[in-house]
Amino acid sequence: MLRQIEGSRAVAEAVACCRPEVVCAYPISPQTHIIEAVGAMVRSGELSPCEFINVESEFAALSVAIGASAAGARAYTATASQGLLFMVEAVYNAAGLGLPIVMTLANRAVGAPINIWNDHSDAMAVRDSGWVQLFAETNQEAADLHVQAFRLAEELSVPVMVCMDGFVLTHAVERVDVPDQPLVDAFLPPFEPRQVLDPDEPVSIGAMVGPEAFEEVRYLAHARQLAVLERIPAVADEFAELFGRRSGGLVSTYRTEDADIVVVALGSVLGTIKDAVDERRERGERIGVVGITSFRPFPRDAVRRALGRARSIVVVEKAFSIGFGGVLSTDVAMALQGLNPVVVTVVAGLGGRPITGASLDGVLVDAVEDRLPPLTFLDLDEDIVRRELERMAATRRSGPTAENVLRDIRSVAAGPV
Amino acid sequence: MPEPLPTADDPTDVDGRVHFYQVGSFAVGNRLLDRSLRTVQSDIGRTNSLDAGHRACRGCGEALGARYTLDAAMRAVEGRLVAVNATGCLEVFSTPYPESSWRIAWMHSLFGNAPAVATGVAAAMRVKGRSDVRVVAQAGDGGTVDIGFGCLSGMFERNDDVLFVCYDNEAYMNTGVQRSAATPPAARTATTEAFGLEPGAPFGQGKDLPRLAMAHGIPYVATATVADLHDLEAKVRRAMAIRGARYLHVLVPCPLGWGSEPGDTVKIARLAKETGLFPVFEAEGGKVTHAAQIRRREPVESYLRLQSRFRHLFGEHGRPDLVARIQAIADANIATYRLLEATADTTGGQS
Amino acid sequence: MSDSAFQVRIHGRGGQGAVTAAELLAVAAFLDGRHAQAFPSFGSERMGAPVVAFCRISDSPIRTRAPVVAPDALVIQDATLLYQVDLLAGLTPQAYMLVNTSKTFVELGLGEFVKTLRPDRLITVPATELALHHLGRPLPNAVLLGGLAAMTGVVTIGAVEAAIRERFSGAVADGNVAAALAAHEHVLQEEEELAGAAPD
Repeated sequence: MLRQIEGSRAVAEAVACCRPEVVCAYPISPQTHIIEAVGAMVRSGELSPCEFINVESEFAALSVAIGASAAGARAYTATASQGLLFMVEAVYNAAGLGLPIVMTLANRAVGAPINIWNDHSDAMAVRDSGWVQLFAETNQEAADLHVQAFRLAEELSVPVMVCMDGFVLTHAVERVDVPDQPLVDAFLPPFEPRQVLDPDEPVSIGAMVGPEAFEEVRYLAHARQLAVLERIPAVADEFAELFGRRSGGLVSTYRTEDADIVVVALGSVLGTIKDAVDERRERGERIGVVGITSFRPFPRDAVRRALGRARSIVVVEKAFSIGFGGVLSTDVAMALQGLNPVVVTVVAGLGGRPITGASLDGVLVDAVEDRLPPLTFLDLDEDIVRRELERMAATRRSGPTAENVLRDIRSVAAGPV
Repeated sequence: MPEPLPTADDPTDVDGRVHFYQVGSFAVGNRLLDRSLRTVQSDIGRTNSLDAGHRACRGCGEALGARYTLDAAMRAVEGRLVAVNATGCLEVFSTPYPESSWRIAWMHSLFGNAPAVATGVAAAMRVKGRSDVRVVAQAGDGGTVDIGFGCLSGMFERNDDVLFVCYDNEAYMNTGVQRSAATPPAARTATTEAFGLEPGAPFGQGKDLPRLAMAHGIPYVATATVADLHDLEAKVRRAMAIRGARYLHVLVPCPLGWGSEPGDTVKIARLAKETGLFPVFEAEGGKVTHAAQIRRREPVESYLRLQSRFRHLFGEHGRPDLVARIQAIADANIATYRLLEATADTTGGQS
Repeated sequence: MSDSAFQVRIHGRGGQGAVTAAELLAVAAFLDGRHAQAFPSFGSERMGAPVVAFCRISDSPIRTRAPVVAPDALVIQDATLLYQVDLLAGLTPQAYMLVNTSKTFVELGLGEFVKTLRPDRLITVPATELALHHLGRPLPNAVLLGGLAAMTGVVTIGAVEAAIRERFSGAVADGNVAAALAAHEHVLQEEEELAGAAPD
């Protein structure tokens, strides 16, 4: 049903339609509205049968989901940032055991310094864990991806996290066609576990595996991910057929057919980028956009096809590998090995810094003029950076960096409005 | 004419009050008991939840404790049971790839999350309308008292329907005998070596998990040892008859980590109780309801001398002062839990 | 940037419902059959701290997630913010400005500034007083939407009322609706007066 609704609420309702049996979560900004909404639906009986468990930490949250899933129940949880890192042992455990848990990751920066706003550093921290990572561009896609996520997870026995930008999507009120229960029921059959804790047919789950077999067990996890890569387009097609709209898939392309320059990104910033690209197109510049929806497994062939003809690729990403460079752009560059395009990285939006149309326009102009360096930090205040570096060079006891920078910003911004 | 021996059908034929002793032990010979009073372990039809073929050390108390506990639990719920195991000796020696010695539905996730995983299993059973299937979570002292404590407290607070069993061998044994918060004062471990001003583990305030469990007000808390099989099985049975969060703390001597003879495991467990160092009791809703009386009190020395982790307290450079402090702990336990109410023979021990 | 979108920026203090105002506005636009997007500027949630919320309204889907830099309409729920935050950043000469106050623009110290804007697009509304009167609480957020509807026509007052009733119920809904309608009337009257008055 078409609603003007907060992103968190849309996701909660989509998840509820998936009939999760055990929901467990620990509150963390900006995921709270999702879990509160699901909890309320369980309490009111709207979502039933479902056990909603308030746990004492994120580590407990995913652990409860692990136990529930191993016992054959459809399990769901949600977290962000610090919470994800607190449960990271369990993240790897769930993937290693092949448990089809679905989790919403309300993308938020990871500290220190502590920051509650959106970027992708949390998702990047677990990209090698074996979880499927799907990135939503809009709240519509966020809602839809959860439905597809349960299907993928259970078919292939692999946990799936749906990434949606914290605050930017979770707290935005926009038009969403919230999936209807009958359609979700038609799309998502009841959970048939591959392995289950059942006294009638006892098995041992979670045995120790030594050097003689570990590589094989891990390879099988890799094979599962490759199977996911095969399956995602088909699941997206089935979804489109049933629900009448496209959501998900491996990548999305916009005006790439004749593009010299293609901008690549994950998540909600794609919308802002498309607006900026349209403006450049009006000036005759041939620029396109590729959104990567399935970040893990990384759709190398699809990316290669979408980007192979371009002259230059600008990867705009909300995370980076400290001391090195881009994360997404490294994956993109690897996918394009042997092909023409030059890949440059623009790190933007860290810690929730708004990515403005004007700044993006500047990037596109530089791209057209071939002026973009390999690595750009968008809207970086170099003066502030220089001050701190000089301070550190001048004295040993220079103090906490974050505090120094904040003080500098305030003093620079001080003065009457 | 010798007196008629008691028969299997009527073991109380003699004087109406019979004590059974076998050589050096207080164990009752099961064959002399009425069938209905015999232990699960004595029944050839027992589950053997932890079956033969596991890789535990000779004399491992935990292997005994786990089999006793789970077989009793399986009997109590007629096989409708799932076990969740934390990382540790038990998990490692019971599932050496590609084998598993578990005959029951069993899961191992991580070190610190057994209580939470068990909560999840119980929730799944409930939501699927299979609340008849019960859940036992088990861990060593490390996985309970240290790294698992957060999750355990959460499980207690929610009163989740899980029986949590701690097999306490008083250190991180699987990784090479490092101290845990359950390591007793003066015990030598690899991270509390037996030298210095206070050799071995410090005389701190300890971390009394049974009392912490009681402080959460959960329905049932009990302690037991592998020396008294009847007692342990009865407590498991009692626990499984209750719904909600339950906690069972079982002392399981570790010959390797404690430096004791493999054949002394049961004896040492018994001495832990008889010295007063390990009070054996039950509590409901936060209050002690029963404490097993000390039958024949022993000085702590008779317990300590059997373990080389306390060797440094004796001999030429011995520390009688530390032994005295340990004795004081035992004395305090006896007073607190009233372990000598029956005023049986008090041979040995200092008052 | 989709130029076709009408962009509103709402300034308030934590606890005054600026975020709710943006959401209600978006819902009203939806009920009018239009596309809308509302989101807060993401500051820490503290009572009394400056809060900014955005709303875009358009007949076509809205893609951008950037904050509203050049608002077509500025709504100021708390006039004291004028001395604390650069509320006026990005205002174009064609912009609308609706301020919750019983003072005049000159009294607020904006006399010079407002000369750069269109006089018929600058309105003050005593929204807090209206809220106290109709609702019993000094919450000006929904009230101001009534004024915004009158001033800009970007949403209908009917949709505003429906949005309020969807969000609130009982006396709270009734009070908010009454206050919003009163603000709507007030602004319509102001507009008439301005139309009748000689241009500056």
